[in-house]
Amino acid sequence: MKEFVEGSHAIAEIIRLCRPGVVSAYPITPQTHIVEDLAQMVSDGSLSSQFVNVESEHSAASVVLGASATGVRAYTATSSQGLFYMAEVVFNIAGMRLPVVMTCANRAISAPINIWNDQQDSISLRDAGWIQIYAEDNQEAVDFHLIAYRLAEDKRVMLPVMVCMDGFILTHGMETLDMPEQEKIDKFLPAYKPLYKLDTAHPITMGILADPDYYMEARYAIQATMKESVEYLSQISKEFNSVFGRDYKDLLVEEYKIEGADKVIVAMGSVCGTIKEEVDAQRAKGKKVGLLRIISFRPFPYARVYEALKDVAKVAVLDKSVSLGAYAPIAVEVKSAFCGKKKAPQVISSFVAGLGGRDITLESVQEVFRRLGAKEVNADFIDLKPELLKEEYGE
Amino acid sequence: MENNILFKPGHTACAGCGQAIAARLVIEASGANTIVVNNTGCLEVFSTKYPETAWGVPWIHSLFENSAAVASGVEAALKYLGTKDLTNVIAQGGDGSTADIGLQALSGMFERGHDILYVCYDNEAYMNTGVQRSGLTPFDTNTTTSPSGKQSSGNLRPKKPMPEIAVAHGIPYVATASAGFPQDLQRKVKKAISIKGPKYIQVHVPCPLGWRHETNQTTPIAKLAVDCGLYPLIEYESGVLINRKQITPKPVEEYLKSQGRFKHLLNNPEEIKKIQDIADNNIKKYNLKAEA
Repeated sequence: MKEFVEGSHAIAEIIRLCRPGVVSAYPITPQTHIVEDLAQMVSDGSLSSQFVNVESEHSAASVVLGASATGVRAYTATSSQGLFYMAEVVFNIAGMRLPVVMTCANRAISAPINIWNDQQDSISLRDAGWIQIYAEDNQEAVDFHLIAYRLAEDKRVMLPVMVCMDGFILTHGMETLDMPEQEKIDKFLPAYKPLYKLDTAHPITMGILADPDYYMEARYAIQATMKESVEYLSQISKEFNSVFGRDYKDLLVEEYKIEGADKVIVAMGSVCGTIKEEVDAQRAKGKKVGLLRIISFRPFPYARVYEALKDVAKVAVLDKSVSLGAYAPIAVEVKSAFCGKKKAPQVISSFVAGLGGRDITLESVQEVFRRLGAKEVNADFIDLKPELLKEEYGE
Repeated sequence: MENNILFKPGHTACAGCGQAIAARLVIEASGANTIVVNNTGCLEVFSTKYPETAWGVPWIHSLFENSAAVASGVEAALKYLGTKDLTNVIAQGGDGSTADIGLQALSGMFERGHDILYVCYDNEAYMNTGVQRSGLTPFDTNTTTSPSGKQSSGNLRPKKPMPEIAVAHGIPYVATASAGFPQDLQRKVKKAISIKGPKYIQVHVPCPLGWRHETNQTTPIAKLAVDCGLYPLIEYESGVLINRKQITPKPVEEYLKSQGRFKHLLNNPEEIKKIQDIADNNIKKYNLKAEA
């Protein structure tokens, strides 16, 4: 059924429809509307979950860890500092192979403190062992949560999934979207049946100490699953399409007007809407430009990126985060996809934009295309204000 | 090994480990219908090194400081499944993971009213990492991070009053216990699990390695700590002190000289006096002195 709703409300609604047994969260802007709505649903009786109001994100993640280990579907949501505060538990959940689903309302990292959007938070936890998928709009954000549970609980996967959606831009944005129906959801996402759980009838020990004789295999197993998950994402996407009629293809990347393009921007999340608009405008003028949107950042779809870009002359990677002192995070992955390969773009330039909520406008995208020349640039900042830099250094 | 033993021998604890003794007493008192959530620490390390486990009940370890929060999730899940009333949930950890790094999670568990028994095994320092002082290390104790020297007679501050901190949360049951008094410990565990809501039991557990005493002295030293007034055995129900173990107080010096961690104090009557004052205050505060 089509509804015109706020992103956060839509997320709360899809989580309700996924029937989690335990929801636990700690408030942080811009995640708050999601968990407020869930709390209201529990209070109204439309959601039968246990809602655990905790004293920190560290405990929110710990509560869903415990709940998931007890064999119950569990949900949490956070953002920015909250994600960092729970980072230790985030790694632990993946290491214990617990299929928790979390929403990350993407937000900048302090200092300076800033509540607005970029993707530094989830990007910084890319090595945690969570599958990370990034939504472009709220229809995707809704659908991705459903897909996330299905993927996480797949016996071949058993890894947590983080659904990343740009803070404010999506969480607080109003959009008309099609909310999946309960009956279809129950078909697509049956009740969670854990492989192992804390159960007094069948006592097991979880969270053991693994010495150098055993540790590496546990880590290798996650890496192997991550690699295989590239295929599982595609399979589950196909099934999703057959039930709900929305086609996310392989759920790894979206190719937008790449055919015959000589300049392509690679980006992730809501900014892709703006880039598509600019691509359409330039295509209308006969310019051969396109967009490659990354949907799955972990596992990173190297083969798909290679196939999509191998014949493109110039590629611009647009990151909404930085790896201070190194190339930008998405750019590193894209460049890696071409290491030791026969074909490669002549230029892969990397740009950083939109940090701390600075708008990425059509002009910003035009500037990226302008700077994408014969000379490769790395982590080149877009939309900097030179007058502020002058003031800073007192030239 | 028979399956009905809930904490099996063969683990790798040191000889004379007070925590291993207490952990077995606790789980046997609680019984097979128990899920245990354990903080990182000696107990976790010596009982669950893959591919072996000492535990005959469902048991989970996540991190150093979050057993109270993980247990909250376990309890919430059991409530959702409708099986909470059939299952005891015990969260447990050492003194550092309870009173220092895990205090926030523990406070949250108390405040939210989860039906969980939290057991703190208090061996009065970070033993697993090599005897560093914690918030529950006694005054003047020589540890590797509160060493005695020309300018210091050891740990600068007395123990953090954890039982009172637990009581202040308004939880229904708080007690201290000792590995030296097994029946008393088991009675308290049984009582705690019979009460709904958050419960806190802090068990004094000698550590031969960290306290520097002979491995056959664990029980006598645990008893001495109680008998000199330094570790009062007390019991609160709904904030009211309902019980305490009465003693005929022995001088603290007898307790101090039994352990290497206090050796530096033995020719220092001034410092011994300060510790005697702590014991005397306890004796007065909890009315511990047995009537003649």
